[in-house]
This record gives sequence, structure tokens and C-alpha cells, in this order.
Amino acid sequence: MSQEAWLTAEVAGPKKASLITKPEIADAMIRRAKRPIFVVGSIAAEIDLEEKKLIDYVIAMAKRYNIQVVATGNTNNEFLKRGFTPDAVMPAVDIGNRLTDPRWQGVDGKGPHDLAIFVGLPYQMGWTILSGLKNFAPNLKTISLDNVYQPNARWSFSNISIKNWIMNLEAILVNRED
Amino acid sequence: MGTKEINISIKEIETEIGNIKDLRFSVGRLAQETWDEPQGPTPFPSMSTLRNWDLTLLNRYKPFYLPFCDLCCLCTFGKCDLTGDKKGACGITMPGQQSRIVLLAACIGAATHTSHARELVTHLIEEFGADTRLDPGGLNIKVEAPITRLVCGMKPETLGDLEMVLDYSEQQITQLLACTHTGQEGNPVDLESKVMHTGMIDHLSMEVADIAQISSYDLPKADPNAPLVDIGFGSVDTTRPVILVIGHNVPPSVEIMDYMQDNELIGDIEVTGICCTGIDMTRYSSKAKIIGPISWQIRYIRSGIPDIIVVDEQCIRTDVLDEARALKIPVIATSGKNCLGLTDRTGDPPEEIIDDLVSGKIDGALIMNPGEVGVVAVRTAMQIAPKRKKKKSGIFLSPAEALEMAKECTQCRECRRACPNDIHIPDALKAFSRGEPAMLTGIYESCVGCIRCESACPQEIPIHSLIVAAGEDTLRNESFKLRAGRGAIQDIEIRQVGGPIVLGEIPGIVAFVGCANYPKGGNELAEMAIEFANRRFIVCTSGCAAMTIGMYRDEDGKSPYEVYSGTFEAGAIVNVGSCVSNAHISGAAVKIASIFARRNLRGNYAEIADYVYNRVGAVGVAWGAMSQKAVSIAAGFWRLGIPVIVGPHGTKYRRMLLGRSDHDEDWYVDDTRTGEKVYVGPVPEHLFIAVETKEEAMVMIAKLSMRPNDTSRGRALKLTHYIDLHRRLLGAMPTDIHRFVRMEADIPITMKEDIVAILKEKDWKETVIPDPTLLPEKEAFP
Repeated sequence: MSQEAWLTAEVAGPKKASLITKPEIADAMIRRAKRPIFVVGSIAAEIDLEEKKLIDYVIAMAKRYNIQVVATGNTNNEFLKRGFTPDAVMPAVDIGNRLTDPRWQGVDGKGPHDLAIFVGLPYQMGWTILSGLKNFAPNLKTISLDNVYQPNARWSFSNISIKNWIMNLEAILVNRED
Repeated sequence: MGTKEINISIKEIETEIGNIKDLRFSVGRLAQETWDEPQGPTPFPSMSTLRNWDLTLLNRYKPFYLPFCDLCCLCTFGKCDLTGDKKGACGITMPGQQSRIVLLAACIGAATHTSHARELVTHLIEEFGADTRLDPGGLNIKVEAPITRLVCGMKPETLGDLEMVLDYSEQQITQLLACTHTGQEGNPVDLESKVMHTGMIDHLSMEVADIAQISSYDLPKADPNAPLVDIGFGSVDTTRPVILVIGHNVPPSVEIMDYMQDNELIGDIEVTGICCTGIDMTRYSSKAKIIGPISWQIRYIRSGIPDIIVVDEQCIRTDVLDEARALKIPVIATSGKNCLGLTDRTGDPPEEIIDDLVSGKIDGALIMNPGEVGVVAVRTAMQIAPKRKKKKSGIFLSPAEALEMAKECTQCRECRRACPNDIHIPDALKAFSRGEPAMLTGIYESCVGCIRCESACPQEIPIHSLIVAAGEDTLRNESFKLRAGRGAIQDIEIRQVGGPIVLGEIPGIVAFVGCANYPKGGNELAEMAIEFANRRFIVCTSGCAAMTIGMYRDEDGKSPYEVYSGTFEAGAIVNVGSCVSNAHISGAAVKIASIFARRNLRGNYAEIADYVYNRVGAVGVAWGAMSQKAVSIAAGFWRLGIPVIVGPHGTKYRRMLLGRSDHDEDWYVDDTRTGEKVYVGPVPEHLFIAVETKEEAMVMIAKLSMRPNDTSRGRALKLTHYIDLHRRLLGAMPTDIHRFVRMEADIPITMKEDIVAILKEKDWKETVIPDPTLLPEKEAFP
């Protein structure tokens, strides 16, 4: 396991994401969060994880952890097809921008979010938005649940195989059930 | 304007101080005033003159910074870590550094267009004379240079007049670049204001370049029916000698075609172009052919088809000589800005250069005289083509060769990790090696031709060549029609559409411009252009985007240019030309204020920008924006209040300019009729935004077309497009409709029931439609 950006040249600065070496880390982050939010990009509906798509895991987690969901790109369509209505639909940079605003009261207007979980954005788009949050949202924790290392998140998987990824996502869900 | 250079020469004079011989002096240029429009408040603005207007925009559209690097390494104090709230050794902050880099990029872009314009104007003056009249549109154009009139407060009449404009541009760019030095401007907002100034200068220089070449070379003069020309690899007759020209500065290409014409060689040789030189060549002669946008360089060179390559400036691969050498294709560099390490042979007898190139004694030559390039390129192509027949016959890897190479892949994934679009190359190679080519063939469509995959491959597999081999059928069938760049928009066209645009009854002008770094191939761009033409927007395009739109076939086998009108009207697809022709798009917006609304242009930037921002529903889309020029072009649109959308790679431009629709206080304007402040909603909501997918882009285009001045009929039409696209592409009604409905009459009739329900839920209140302005009272109500 290494802190090596998925796209080789996208090296980060001195402050890099810690590795999620086991699913309990992500689980604990989410459990501790009072106002978590999922930011779900268009690739979530494209990635096959054996019988499921990545978006199916997102829906399952959102339901079990009671996480609000922002659909970016055209991901909303895919959520709706699965009978799940996201809490907001907006461009990824728009939600990123709002998350840097400590006065913003969140997608439901009930207070600032304290954890943003990113998944399914084009790699460099996620990289840059997470960089914006790393630098300008000091009170916000960020996790990337993609199977590639996102150095600008607070926590990220390293570059892991699909099999390993599925195992981790399943484990996060199971932990919560416990 | 009409200016005259005063040169006084005295052969011999006897004075009290002695006998003076051969005295010459110049008093520069004296203006000959022929324009009776009163001078506005800001002719030749300095970089701080329009600061208040910039700050007004930036107060609404604050930067959301997306640092692409946490460090500053521009001086020897560094590297400095600027993460979070840290400061560099010079005191600079992360926001300051990001804006500084944006300014640097914009300066590079503006300098590039300005330098191009200078080279063109200098050459054209040498060729045709400084008194050559500017004529970008014959009788159809009276406002010949809207940006120049607006920015400089002068009305250029001759090529010579344009030199004064370029003097100003060069001076401004020098000063702007100086601001990025260590210990200069560090305030992020002021840096952003300077970015906008740079963009304005960029549009000025682009306008100079294009009206100079249109006037001198007799390129289409605002012609909606400019000829349909050939584009695509498949349009080339490979049995003939083939010349390839790459870049942006057209004089060498013009000389090539003139030499062919003079020597009755038209039809014997194929002259083909990549990037904007290709576009401008076809504006000069419809016999020239375009191969494709910038990303077609490697695949075309590696085909072996070109017998000689001529490069001028900008957007040329820096390894072009290496690629050409491998196939024994000689290269001629023609610009001091891009010498390629070649020996300067300018002025050498053409026969000697040709002999050296044909015999292979030299790989290429630097020839900085366009006339000489014409002779050498044509004659070299003719002499070398017979010798290169073998190189041109087996142009792609054979299936057997490709298969063997694919089998070398170890699935290390380094290629995918180098690919800007994260394309699943290893999976495709694996399938290909099993005899399943479909996946690799599919990659041909989305590959941007950067060949980073090859550089990364430890097995040294020529991956791009494999992709092209798999896509060979597609490549060979690339033969389409593109309408040659028409240049400016006619005054009469502006008169006809000005009212419907300002009132919102033509839903918008959408300009697809910029480079070809597309996230999922070029078809997405063509599909967007078609969608908005069908929705009766005025679709404009230029440069690589214009080429990409042309490389699309409908069910009847026709390209969009064969289907849609080239007139600046609702439902058209209007190709204005090359990169520098982008000034005609911003110029059209400016001309609406001038010709339709009769506002004074002359040195009156802020008032006109305020007009455009509040009334002209124009949106720029740079779906594959890659270059620094794209930054400066975008910045020129921002300063005019025209929002720009970029594709997902656009977040690498380091910051967005985003509005906050939830901050009601941000969206008030002054009503010039009453002096009251009026809430108008977030229109347009953003000034610069990257979006993720084609679908999201289309919804955003419709949304950003709304303006405070829309009539109810116009707003209802724009809302119809926004809601319809949102429903179709994002699957649901938008949740922010209440922010765009000002009164019940704004509600589209066919959607009334749904919208009224939403308005009730949101506690919506009716407001008025103002005569909107963002300018302070003393400027808005003189």
C-alpha cells in the first residue's frame, strides 16, 4: 500500500491523504460524523463491482448511515432509476465551493457538514476539488471511497483492486449493521 | 481612425551651428480623426482603469480555488509550501498564488495571440503596404472592429492603424506579466482583475489578427455562405504529393498555395492542415483540406502520408521533428518562435535547400521567409513523394504486427495511469491480444493523441499506433464537410437578431470554442451543437471545436455544416474561423449594444460590458480547453460578462468563478428607470464553471443563458429549455425554478401546473423586470 497518486503525474503537496488500510477506519470516520454528506459523481454508475455498480453501494451506505447525498453530473438520473432520490443535484464544483463556506447550512439547511465523502468523480476533477477543500475548508473532513488514491482527501484508499475494493465496501456496510 | 506616420528627411541644411547632412526624424503617428462618435471615458485603459467593473463582477462571482499544486517554485526562496493558511517566503498566500498562476497563463495566452497578430500585420504591411484598407465585410460591415473601437476608442482604417493597437496590447501584456513577479501584486482579487484585463487585451489582439488577414488575403468577408470545404483523413488523395501544415499563422501556407497556383500545380498536390492553420488555409483556398484538430497530429504523421511538414506557430507538438524523422518526412520550421533546433536556411538558394531535404542530408530547415517556404515546400514535396511511396503504402501496423505488440503488454497499467482520460488501455490491449479488437477500436474515438501512454510503457509498445491500427476503418472514413470560417458577423445580421436576443426571444448565443482535450471524444461536442441549434439558439464555433463539430455525420451522412445555416440567426451553426476569429463572437455581443441598442462603443468598456452582461444571453463552452490561450480567451468573455463552461479537465485551470444562488443579496441590480434595487435572481449564475458530463453541460448552457433583461416571453422560452433539458438529462425538475421566475407571465404555459406548485412550496414572491445595470449611479445615469 502506498500513497501514490493514481495518475502518476498528479503528485500532491506536503499534506497528503492518510491511507484507509482497513474498512474500520472509514466506518469510524462516518460514525463520528454528525453531518456527513456524499458527493457522488457520474462514474459511480459506470463502474461494475461484480453484480452491482458502485452507485448501488453508495445508496446502501447512504441509507444505512443516514448520509445526505449530492448527485453531480448526470448521476441523478441513475439514482432515480434505482428508486433513490438524492438530497441535492448540483455541479461538483458548486458543492465543493459551498463546503468551503463555514456559514453554509448544508443541503438541508440544518447546519454545516463536517464530513464529505467523495466517490465516482473523474479522477482529476476529484483531485482538484479535494485540493480546494484541503486548503480552504479546514473544519471539514474528507474521505475518498474510490479505489484509487486521492492525495488531497483527508483519508483515501490506496490504488486497490476491484476485488479488494468490493471487500472494503462490503465490510463498511457490515460494520454499520453491527 | 486613420493615422499618419510623420517622417522628415533633410538632405542638407546650413545652420548657425554648422552644416547638417542627411538628417531624418520621425514624430510617430498623428491621428487623422474621421470618426465623429464622442470619445468615451476609458480609451486605451490601463490595467487598473476598469478595476471597479471587474470588482463588481468578482463580488458576485468569487473564486473557488482548486490548487493544482500546493507549492510555489517561482523563485529561489522556494519551494514554499502554501497549504492552507501558510504563506510563502515573499508573503504570498494560496489564493494569491493560484490567481497569480491564472494571470501567468492568461499572459501567455494573450502574448501568443498578440505576437501572432504582430507577425501577421508586419508581414502583411511588407507585402501589401501600411495603407491597405481594412475590409472585413465589404458593404455589410460598418463597425469593422468592435473590440478595437470599444477598448481603444479608435476606428482603424488601414493595416498601419493596427500597429498602434498592437503597441498598446504589447505594452499592457508587459505590465501585466510584471505583476506576477515576486513581491508585486499578491492580492487575489486584484490579480483576478488583471486576469480580466489580460483577456480583454487578448480579444483585441485576436481581432487585429483576423481583420488584418481577412482584409489582405481576401478571406471570406462575413460570408454566411462561405464554401463547404473538405475535412478528414479520408478526404486526402494519398497518391499525390502531400504537404502538411500545422499551427496558426497562415502566411507560409498562403505562399504554398500561391506558388502552386502560379505554377499550375493546383490539383497535383494535396495541401493539408492541422489545427488553426488548417482552418485559415481553407478560408484562403477551398482546395486546401483540413485533417482535424490538434489531436490528429501523431496519427496523421505516423500514417506516413505527408511528404513534407511545415510548422508555423502554436499548438504544434514539440516532438514533431522526431516523429517526422522516423518516417523520413522533412520538416520546415517557419517561425522564430519555434525553430525546432534546425539550421537557419532563410535566404539560401531554394534549390540547395530542396536538394538537402530530398537527399536526406538534413531533417529539416528553418526558413523564416514565407515566400521561400512556398517554393521549397512545394518542390520538395513533388521531388520526395516518389521516393516515399513505400512509406505511404503500408501506413498502419498490420493486424499481425499489432497483435504481436499487444501480446507484449504485461498489464502493469502504467499507460492508463499516464492517460489524461484514464482510458482502460490495459483491458483493451488484453482483449485485442485475444482477438477481440472492439474495445481498442472504441478507444480510437476518445483518445486525445497525447501519447503519454507510450512514454510510460516499460515494454515500449507503440500504444497509440496500436489504437490507430484498431481504428483504421474509422480513420480512413473520416471525410466530412466543414463550412470555411466566415469571419465577422454582418451589421444587418446583428440588426435582425439584436432585438430577439436582448428580449430573450432567441434563447441564447452559445459559442463552442477551444481545444480538443475532450473527456470522451469529439462527438459529444457535435451533439451539443446540434441540440442547441435545434433549440433555435444561435450556435457559433471556431478553431478546433469548429473542426470537431464538422467531423460528425448524421443518419443521412451529412455533417452539421451541411444541415444548418451559416447565417447568424436562430438555429444556425456559424463557424467564424480560427482561434483569432473568436474576437468576432465577443465582437458580435458588443455590436448588439452598438448597432441594435445604439450605445456608444468608443472607449466605453464598462457601459457596454454592463449592457452585454445584463441583456445578451451568450454562453461560451470550451469543452476540450487545454491551452493557456483558452484562459485568455475565456477571460476576455468574463470581462464582458459572458459566462464560460469548461469540461471536467477545466478544474485544472485552478479556480472557478462561481455565483451563490442561495445568497439572495448577491443578485440585486439597479433599475435605471426607478433607481430602485431589484432582485433579479442568479442570472447568469456562474461566470466560469467546469462541469462533469455532456448532459450537465447542456443543462448549464440553458441555465446560463438567462439574463435580467429577458421579457416574460423570453424568460418563459429560456425556462422551457432549462426545465426540459434538466428533466430529460438529469431526470427531474430543477429545484431552483423559483429563483428564475419573476412574475407569473414568466412561467412556460405547458409547465404551469408543475411550476406553480413549486413556487407555492418555496414561498415565491413576484418581482418586477427592471432596466438592469450593475454600474454605480453616476456611470449608469449620466
